[in-house]
Amino acid sequence: MNILVKLGTIIAEHKLEIVYAPDGYEDIPITVADVNRPSLQIAGFFDYFDPARIQILGKVEHTYLEQMSSQDRTEKLEKLFEQPIPALIITREMEVFPELLECAQKHQRPLLRTASSTSRFMSGLILALNVWLAPMTTMHGVLVEVYGEGILLIGESGVGKSETAMELVKRGHRLVADDAVEIKRVSSKTLVGSSPEIIRHFIELRGIGIIDVKRIFGMGAVKDTENIDLIINLEAWQSGKHYDRLGLDSHSMEVLGLKIPSLTIPVKPGRNLAIIVEVAAMNLRQRRMGYNAAEELNRRLMEQMGE
Amino acid sequence: MVSKAIVVQNQVGLHARPATFFIQKSNEFKSSIWVEKDERRVNAKSLLGVLSLGITKGTEITIIADGSDEKDAIDALENLVETNFSE
Repeated sequence: MNILVKLGTIIAEHKLEIVYAPDGYEDIPITVADVNRPSLQIAGFFDYFDPARIQILGKVEHTYLEQMSSQDRTEKLEKLFEQPIPALIITREMEVFPELLECAQKHQRPLLRTASSTSRFMSGLILALNVWLAPMTTMHGVLVEVYGEGILLIGESGVGKSETAMELVKRGHRLVADDAVEIKRVSSKTLVGSSPEIIRHFIELRGIGIIDVKRIFGMGAVKDTENIDLIINLEAWQSGKHYDRLGLDSHSMEVLGLKIPSLTIPVKPGRNLAIIVEVAAMNLRQRRMGYNAAEELNRRLMEQMGE
Repeated sequence: MVSKAIVVQNQVGLHARPATFFIQKSNEFKSSIWVEKDERRVNAKSLLGVLSLGITKGTEITIIADGSDEKDAIDALENLVETNFSE
């Protein structure tokens, strides 16, 4: 998918002042999450210049331009604005040089302004761009939040994912998405899941049909987004297959290039899956805090054997 | 793995009831089946998944099947869409 964010969204979200904007500026696509401070370009160096980036003019560039003659300023800025840059943002509500405005108008490039300081504004903008432009995929499964842990339940159709989610909700946990989970890689460590807008907070239960979880169980039973901390693969119990008995080894599953801890839980009539998922969530947290029950058991065993 | 692009032609698109026929048909096959719209891919055996795509009249979708009966699955689903879900 061609992921992009429109300039209009950025202007609204970051409350940018519009100094000059050509027609149709709201729809200008931003496709890269990096930004650029054009100091070197103003000085005339354009090797490795990426014109797709939003340009941010801070105090340094402003001061550099200030000490030039009007003619030099026009000449330097002209070179920058000749490039197909999506927008130039001035920070600290600094004065707009008339030459800057002229160049922006001449080449029809949006000129925006913010009151924030440069570094603060840049870090906020980069963070937001990374979320907007994050790689995305849709997975078949159910995303629930259990004791604060985001758990993605996957498995064949009819294995009982929705039923398990329903029981978890009834036990006080939250539903994020049923059936289709949109997953975004928002950083090199984090995956965030949410539901497609149309089916948000609906669940399908075989024999009953579509359920509106928010209506039936209330606001406390749903959530819009959640990080994915654990993937639980539910599969029909196959006799003869070896399932993890100790939990000494950790397994993981790759989603959008990130390794997420995973478990495979066999499903059999009479196994209460909701409780198993709750235990898995608590066990995951305990492990992350540095305690592994299987290792502890092994340690005790070794100690006794050594006596 | 086989795939086929089809344009949905029935009056109101893939709303709740035709979507039900669609997923019921998908569930008759062993193969894994997906529906793709604008590069968003969902499981064709899941009702909410298919509904989440918001398929309207004139939308082009791609049906993808992978498994022992993939060919039959694609033919059956294409037939269903082309007969306008027997509206």
